[in-house]
Amino acid sequence: MNDAQEALDIELEVNGEHVRRRVEARRSLADFLRQDLGLTGTHLGCEHGACGACTVRVDGAIARSCLMLAVQADGARIETIEGLSDAGAIAELQNAFVLANALQCGYCTPGMLIAAQALLEADPQPSRDRIREFLAGNYCRCTGYQSIVDAVASVAAHRAARGPR
Amino acid sequence: MSGELDFEGPASYVGRSVSRPNARRLAEGRGQYVDDIVLPRMLHVAFVRSPHAHARILSIDTSRAERMPGVRRVATGADIARICKPYVGVLTHLAGMRSPPQHPLALEVARWQGEPVVAVAAESRAEAEDACEAVEIAWQELPAALDAERALEPGATVIHAEFGDNLCFRRVVDTGGVDEAFAGAAAVVEDTLSFGRHTGVTLEPRSMLADYNAAEESLTAYHSGQSPHMMQAILASRLGLDEHRVRIVCRDVGGSFGIKIHIYGDEMAACALSIMLRRPVKFVADRHESFLSDIHARDHRVRARLAADREGNVLALEIDDLTGVGPYSMYPRSSAVECNQVLGLTGGPYRHKRYRATGTVVFQNKNPMSQYRAVGHPIATAVAEHMIDRAARALALDPADMRRRNLIPDDAYPCQSPSGMRFEQLSHHACLEKLVALMDYPRLRAGQAALRAQGVHRGIGLASFIEVTNPSPMFYGVGGARIAAQDGCTMRLDASGAIIAATGVTEQGQGTETMIAQIAATVLGVQMSCVKVLTGDTDKVPYGGGTWASRAAGIGGEAVLQAGLALKKNILEVGARILKTDAGSLDIADGRVVKRGTSEGLSLTELARIVYYRGNELPADFQPELVVTRHYRVKDYPFVFTNGAQGCLAEIDPETGFVRVLKMWCVDDCGRVINPKLVEEQIRGGIVQGLGGALTEHCRYDERGQLLNCTMADYLVPMAGEMPDIEVAHIQTPTRTSLLGAKGAGEAGTGGAPGALMNAVNDALAAFGARVTSQPITPDVVLAALGKI
Ligand code: FES
Ligand code: FES
Repeated sequence: MNDAQEALDIELEVNGEHVRRRVEARRSLADFLRQDLGLTGTHLGCEHGACGACTVRVDGAIARSCLMLAVQADGARIETIEGLSDAGAIAELQNAFVLANALQCGYCTPGMLIAAQALLEADPQPSRDRIREFLAGNYCRCTGYQSIVDAVASVAAHRAARGPR
Repeated sequence: MSGELDFEGPASYVGRSVSRPNARRLAEGRGQYVDDIVLPRMLHVAFVRSPHAHARILSIDTSRAERMPGVRRVATGADIARICKPYVGVLTHLAGMRSPPQHPLALEVARWQGEPVVAVAAESRAEAEDACEAVEIAWQELPAALDAERALEPGATVIHAEFGDNLCFRRVVDTGGVDEAFAGAAAVVEDTLSFGRHTGVTLEPRSMLADYNAAEESLTAYHSGQSPHMMQAILASRLGLDEHRVRIVCRDVGGSFGIKIHIYGDEMAACALSIMLRRPVKFVADRHESFLSDIHARDHRVRARLAADREGNVLALEIDDLTGVGPYSMYPRSSAVECNQVLGLTGGPYRHKRYRATGTVVFQNKNPMSQYRAVGHPIATAVAEHMIDRAARALALDPADMRRRNLIPDDAYPCQSPSGMRFEQLSHHACLEKLVALMDYPRLRAGQAALRAQGVHRGIGLASFIEVTNPSPMFYGVGGARIAAQDGCTMRLDASGAIIAATGVTEQGQGTETMIAQIAATVLGVQMSCVKVLTGDTDKVPYGGGTWASRAAGIGGEAVLQAGLALKKNILEVGARILKTDAGSLDIADGRVVKRGTSEGLSLTELARIVYYRGNELPADFQPELVVTRHYRVKDYPFVFTNGAQGCLAEIDPETGFVRVLKMWCVDDCGRVINPKLVEEQIRGGIVQGLGGALTEHCRYDERGQLLNCTMADYLVPMAGEMPDIEVAHIQTPTRTSLLGAKGAGEAGTGGAPGALMNAVNDALAAFGARVTSQPITPDVVLAALGKI
């Protein structure tokens, strides 16, 4: 058995649940989430760090789960599309995406939503150009992006009109 | 009968931008793509692929791989060929076309880099990949035929010796009178245009999960695809199974765009392995093998000439199209359709009568090339629109005026193009006028001149286009391919009062299911939330073609409409018995069967309860039928054409050669619009796909036939930051070939955008006396045009 196939124990929090598993050293976080935990909302488009389909939150910051090893997530707090949906954490963005038809096949969508959430946390009132620039690391092959920009901008506008909560 | 249908009234869902009921599931990450499905005892397959463009297999040693951990089977081409019969990608109506039998895995010779050669099935994908590295193959490299221009030269490497040369297909269209027209022309312009290879890059890679049940001799294939019944017929016939024991399930599909409509050796091998091993086998392409094996598209070299008189009337057009399609014509749709489309469509919006076109399709040692979104349209449109602009410039005419002069008048239909395309009713002038108004074309022109004085170089491009939609059996069926042109809908009223509509067309994110529900709810007079749509399962939906060639709304939608009318009639018959009146005095409104003009009546829920549970309340001689099936095919025309016009505003940086698209506009006439928002999003997504191919996307091969860019980091698909906002407007000319009147819209964006963009770039370059003639229009293409490199 080589080093990559060596198994290690990890403990982490995934979507608020405590998880303990033995994983191969070479297993990516994305494969761990999808295959070991059945969290298939995290998608793989390139396994190369280019497309953003595998975006999740690690300790509150967005990360590409295809580039991270599961063992590197030992002790971390992971949030995936499933957990964020169930917690209602991105409900406004999800509603806006549905209304604007900011998704077609939906394959990029979980990653796109999680990236958009991070943008609005960092910059609550981004310009359209800023939205486009921030989401440039998340590929969408279906929509042409405009409806995604519309959806994110509409959430920002809505929040501004509503005022801070 | 159409009096029954009120698409304009307040109760109609048709014509409204309702949001997609299935979008929320996807937005929560609760979709189910093939790789999300896990079956008991499932194995994973990975492939050893040819590292060479052309090489003989001297020997294969699998012994070491077979001993690797988790490996359950290592299969060579010969092993798979014992289970799977070869296939030939030829359509018989394309006269003279040829392609040799193809096997899932290469047998003696591999003919492109990336061709699958050995399959390894193992407990995990990682173990399968590990074992692939332990397969030892001795290769004898052969000279490769790569350049399409030289494929037919004497002495060229012949890829299939039995054919004597590398010709796959040739066709000539000639109306006669072309030479005379050129001889008498005031202006003749000519150019050679080239269009690079690109590919689909569906974000979800190609995927197949094959589950053979030996006890039943049945195969269930979970497939990421867009034509389930086509797959059923092919898997059954190639694998020697009864067709009705093959079930294809297409759940969520992460983009397809034509990529997933073809037969791929790796997917066939996964099915064969499932039969051999009597357990489920999953294949999911990784991105690297997607680039090497998903079909590539375009790759055309077109010589074009256009003749016009002094006033700018186009007199004649001549093109010569050459395209290289890889070593095999793809099965079952062939690789000659794109060239055939280029011949059929080029110049189609215009009213000239003289046309000559030659198309040559050759084999080469590169990844196979075949139908991808807007097959042939981007080439046909870019070539014609480039030539129209060249002629306009030569005659000092404004490009919009040049088009006004030459587009077929909106009142001249029905008519036929010089290439024989039959047009029912198009609206080129209405679309162009709406486009120039939308763009505020005069103001753009003024702004362009002002900015040029400041050293900012912008260009404005126009493109009028036609699009093939709603294909009849003349597309594939006539050529012997088992691909249905008709489509069906089975609709039922359930015991709860819900409407269930099962359709043969499929959903890959376009909004097919939404559009079907809108039509069903409108025809039946119920809330859309009471309608459930079933797609993508050959066990559950009526026989159909699936979704391609922009056919889902026009053909699938009409079958739904017809099924809805039939079900409504049956419901009213029941209502008449219950309400003791005649059916003609009844209607369905807001989910209730009512006496026309009143609210007196009963709900569909109550009606269904009586039918299903309390039949004793109905007359003894009356049997209600609350399940109906209706089908539809296009009969009057080979295809139902749509048309439109696109505009592009682009800026070039003459120092760096960089092109930035600032804005796009599109006016599209797809007949009756069922859901304006969904049509607009098809157009936007399509335009961006078209811009990608025209600006950055390029499958680059080296001189040994090695694909140089096989990752998403170096094959550049459009990103959010570099794409413009796109304004879309509609003209609606419903087709009279159906009651619904809908035509397709899925490919209009992709078909028109490359032409509009190239014209915009050349409009900007005109200030330098330069022009580009090749796509993708990368910075070095622009700099070369400017003479800077
Ligand atoms: S799959 Fe991780 S970035 Fe593409
Ligand atoms: S919706 Fe299909 S890739 Fe974005």
